[in-house]
Amino acid sequence: MLLEIKNLHAIIKSNGKEILKGIDLSINAGEVHAIMGPNGSGKSTLSSVLAGNPSYEVTEGEVIFNGKNLLELSPEDRSHEGLFLSFQYPVEIPGVSMSNFMRAAINEHRKYKGLEPLSASDFLKLMREKQEYVELNNKLAGRSVNEGFSGGEKKRNEIFQMAMLEPKLSILDETDSGLDIDALRIVAGGVNKLKSSENASIVITHYQRLLDYIVPDFVHVLYKGKIVKSAGKELALELEEKGYDWIKKELGE
Amino acid sequence: MVEESYINIYNKHRELLQTTSAAPLDAIRDEAFDVFCRMGFPTDEQERYKRSNISDVFATEYGMNIRRIEIASTTAPYKCDVPGLKTHNFYVVNDIFAEAIAKDEIAELSKLGVVAGSLSTVAKEHPEIISKYYGKIAPHSSDVMVAFNTAFAQDGFVLYVPKNVQIERPIQLINMMHADFDLLATSRNLIILEENASAKVIICNHSESGHKFLANRVTEVSLAENSVYSHYEISDSERQTTNIGSLYVEQTKSSVANINNITLRTGYTRNNIRINLSGEHAETTLCGIVIGDEHDHIDNDTYINHKVSHCKSTELFKYVMDDCSYGSFAGRILVEKNAQKTEAYQSNKNICAKTTAKMYTKPQLEIYADDVKCSHGATVGQIEDEALFYLRTRGISEKEARMLLLLAFTNDIVEKIDIEALRNRIKVLIEKRFRRETHKCTTCNSCHN
Ligand SMILES: Nc1ncnc2c1ncn2[C@@H]1O[C@H](COP(=O)(O)OP(=O)(O)OP(=O)(O)O)[C@@H](O)[C@H]1O
Ligand SMILES: [Mg+2]
Repeated sequence: MLLEIKNLHAIIKSNGKEILKGIDLSINAGEVHAIMGPNGSGKSTLSSVLAGNPSYEVTEGEVIFNGKNLLELSPEDRSHEGLFLSFQYPVEIPGVSMSNFMRAAINEHRKYKGLEPLSASDFLKLMREKQEYVELNNKLAGRSVNEGFSGGEKKRNEIFQMAMLEPKLSILDETDSGLDIDALRIVAGGVNKLKSSENASIVITHYQRLLDYIVPDFVHVLYKGKIVKSAGKELALELEEKGYDWIKKELGE
Repeated sequence: MVEESYINIYNKHRELLQTTSAAPLDAIRDEAFDVFCRMGFPTDEQERYKRSNISDVFATEYGMNIRRIEIASTTAPYKCDVPGLKTHNFYVVNDIFAEAIAKDEIAELSKLGVVAGSLSTVAKEHPEIISKYYGKIAPHSSDVMVAFNTAFAQDGFVLYVPKNVQIERPIQLINMMHADFDLLATSRNLIILEENASAKVIICNHSESGHKFLANRVTEVSLAENSVYSHYEISDSERQTTNIGSLYVEQTKSSVANINNITLRTGYTRNNIRINLSGEHAETTLCGIVIGDEHDHIDNDTYINHKVSHCKSTELFKYVMDDCSYGSFAGRILVEKNAQKTEAYQSNKNICAKTTAKMYTKPQLEIYADDVKCSHGATVGQIEDEALFYLRTRGISEKEARMLLLLAFTNDIVEKIDIEALRNRIKVLIEKRFRRETHKCTTCNSCHN
């Protein structure tokens, strides 16, 4: 098993509020899992906690990733071990160029694997090659990370970084939001190109639309910090049609 | 009383001071000394010195080299590596201009009509130049640090660029503190650009390790009509070193000044920077970068005076304070009543990388004209958690991510450096500084950056 989440509880450090209230989820290599759920149910919090965001504290439960205790690892080591988070809101970092950023990231990944840093020319070649995955402009390399990028460019930039780092498990947090139809196809195409039997992804979305392109093996509904329903891809269609009320009813609300 | 020992030194050595220096320097020595006696060293009870008690700084017993004995070699150059940059190199060791090794540069510049070299020598050979400008820009009557400097100054560096002369290669002045005992140096520089002249000056302040040094330096800059001047002062000294710098710039019509002050490392720093915009359409850019850690103390006090209309000033200072360092920025901008159509922009942004670091910022805009465009802003923040986390999720270690963010923070000022080789060098030095790595130049071991 690639990822196993057991009874995961997490609170916001600043106010002590519990957001994740006992999540259980198992993911095997080769699978695509979609997570859906109403606004504020805890989807981004789950991604943040898995990526190691220090704003949250895990109060209960465990997460095994690739045979390792994920919760003991620093955010950077989680990345080195093959976890990738495509942010719902990618952060703008003025003054840090995309190329310096990616060079630092790639070389730290290589260092973790005991490899020498990439030469400047090999690095540029890699950048160019991976930019093509999401049809990103080459001028991007000189620009500051996400600074002044349009909503769609930011999302494409996330997938570009994913292509650079070749993760085992990618969490795509609303990577489809803010994308026009063409961009959606491009981004989904990029994700599908990176898909293999060795890796897996968690796709967080509100819309069936993305799932037409990235077809999930499982669909989960996250509600009030818990996964309240799991089924096959047909669940997404049902949600699209009926909304969440029937699930709330099932829960006796 | 701290002043007493200096008053005694002056009274005892007054004649010696006069015999070792030139007439234009002596002409205002006594009056400057009187001002010093009357005002005394600034203390933190004075508003402008609230963050730096200069009186305490002078309480340490330092030697003064009034007799001008050779206490350090003034023949072996202390070269700073700036790969790819060829400069006209000059050295002031403590407060003595290193004349022997400057001969070729002086001769080469003189072919352009430029007068460069020792203040003391130029004052003897060209008294007309020195008398005209010396003590005219930095006011020893009202600024006690200038008064103290004027009372004890015997030497320093002069650059005189005549009308219509453009000096292509940057001038590099290396101020080196080097002695086998604790030493106070009083050096004085004078930089004059006549009409349509242009020059770039890089001043590097360094010190050898092992002793306490205190440098009280005054630099006067006179920029005539249409002259274009760039000034880069970079301090990279030992922690035991104290730098007190006073830079006075007088700008006349349509002159352009680009003034930069970078404190990479020095134990204790107080800079007074004063720019007078006295001719219409004069423009000035004043930028500063400060990096402090351990117990460093860095205090920049700036004052830009818009005296006439149609001038523009842009001021940008950034501080990165770590550990228990203490930083202060005061930026006063005065727009006088007649200075209509003034544009004055000021920004001071600071990062305290640890909660133990302190930063005080005090912007002060005084505007007496009504048709002006002015803005100012000051922030003190931390490294942004969100940005740090974003970088870390891509596998960049916390340490490296912090460094990238700090480099990014100072980057916009570094990018403005208009000498490419210097810009690249400063980038490297800042990065090493943030990494707390040491570096050595190939021919000199003086900085421990
Ligand atoms: N750092 C934080 N500080 C304060 N509140 C937070 C923080 N992080 C999450 N929350 C709160 O926790 C709840 C869950 O937020 P989260 O972002 O995980 O929801 P989501 O399921 O991703 O919603 P959406 O579909 O709108 O993206 C929300 O009520 C949110 O306001
Ligand atoms: Mg969300």
